Amino acid sequence: MTTISAQRLAKVFVEVADTLVDEFDLIDFLHMLTDRTASLVGASTVGLLLADQHGQLQFMAASDENTKLLELFQVQNEEGPCLDAYHTARPVINADLRQAEDRWPRFAPRAAVAGFRAVHAFPLSLRKEVIGALNVFGAEVGGGFDDGDVQIIQALADVAAIGLLQQRTISRGEVLTEQLQGALNSRIVIEQAKGAIAQASGISVDEAFTVIRGHARRTNRRLGDVARTIVTDPASLATITGP
Amino acid sequence: MSDTDDPTAEAMEHVARQPAAGVLDGVVAALQRLCSAAAGALAASGAGVSVMAEDGARGIAAASDPASARIEELQFVLGEGPCIDAFASRRPILVPDLSDGPAHRWPAYTPAAHDEGVRAVFAFPLQVGAARLGVLDVFRARAGPLTGDQLRQAFAFTDLAVRTLLDGQDDAIPGAAADGLDEAIEHSAELFQAQGMVMVQLGLPLAEALVRIRAYTYAENRRLTDVARDIVARRLRFDPDHS
Repeated sequence: MTTISAQRLAKVFVEVADTLVDEFDLIDFLHMLTDRTASLVGASTVGLLLADQHGQLQFMAASDENTKLLELFQVQNEEGPCLDAYHTARPVINADLRQAEDRWPRFAPRAAVAGFRAVHAFPLSLRKEVIGALNVFGAEVGGGFDDGDVQIIQALADVAAIGLLQQRTISRGEVLTEQLQGALNSRIVIEQAKGAIAQASGISVDEAFTVIRGHARRTNRRLGDVARTIVTDPASLATITGP
Repeated sequence: MSDTDDPTAEAMEHVARQPAAGVLDGVVAALQRLCSAAAGALAASGAGVSVMAEDGARGIAAASDPASARIEELQFVLGEGPCIDAFASRRPILVPDLSDGPAHRWPAYTPAAHDEGVRAVFAFPLQVGAARLGVLDVFRARAGPLTGDQLRQAFAFTDLAVRTLLDGQDDAIPGAAADGLDEAIEHSAELFQAQGMVMVQLGLPLAEALVRIRAYTYAENRRLTDVARDIVARRLRFDPDHS
């Protein structure tokens, strides 16, 4: 990738800071951050994983979401660049997926089939504790990240981690656990809502996600709130799936 | 991960060591044993579970001891407290020191709990995504945070309480100890999507869909992941008249 212009970078950081206010929703924030990271670095897909109470990495948000990608994130509970970044607290940079079959025998071929050639992973850290990882996929090898790029992406990953401590009482370690658990549960609600819409409309879960996100954008509501309404209020299904 | 590192298996061992709960039977007895086990394992003065309806109304309840039952009930009498907040916000509420701030948050509950000798409260919602079942409360007579290990243990008891409520039987789940690890891993997007689909297929609340999927899985002696995959692939459908 070519190093990002200062103007674009400044714009993204202002936008990110602007969302760190009241009425903050972590899932929406992480979606925004993965979108912006993808467009900044010209990556095919950017995803974000957080560790749950079992120490398992769970998918939270991506610039692009479909079943194939979800599987690619999910398999990294066992192996893959995110698991490596999570365990070592160091970024994995410019890994060539065609050369990575020995390193990640399950992850690498799947990622290659999904059309990716390069992968990077950045640890998300707070107070020396790694809480997840940011995953960047590229369609080509060779447009490698230089040191400047790496620092910028790592800075965005650090901002994502700070988003978890958005509440004012940053001094309390308990707040992190509360936020993290809330966000992990919100992500489950989104999957449940995808299932409900898929069933109600006779479409795939991937199409259902597009419907839910589209509805959230049109009505200017949070993705998590729309998803929750879908699975707790059966009457809302007709509204959302209707013409 | 070895068995000894598995907090869920450990939590189940703690529960299994509790004496049978006298005249109580079924779910309430199972929850009471779970509360006693949790109190012991977490160096707490007591623990309580309140099963709650979607509107926050309290259903059945269980506690490790009569004093904890009283403290648990206090929140519902006063209409405020960490348990009620944990349910409403769908995230844990961890209060390591009740004398440090919460008087503003819970003006009636804080002094009343203090009078009962409670100095710290940790409330964990019993939920799977949007399916909310209730809350597990852990009370301590001394102020201070849960350690990382204790927190992991508390989440394991929370998982166990959810499973007990969903499966509605005393020994929680047949062969549960064996697949304890599986359940942690079976945090898959497909499983949650399947829950949303079955909810719509049956026209029932989400929690009921979870119960039906699990009951089917046990009856057919299959794995939850496989059943979920079949549901999402539309190879398996739950019929409102026959399931």
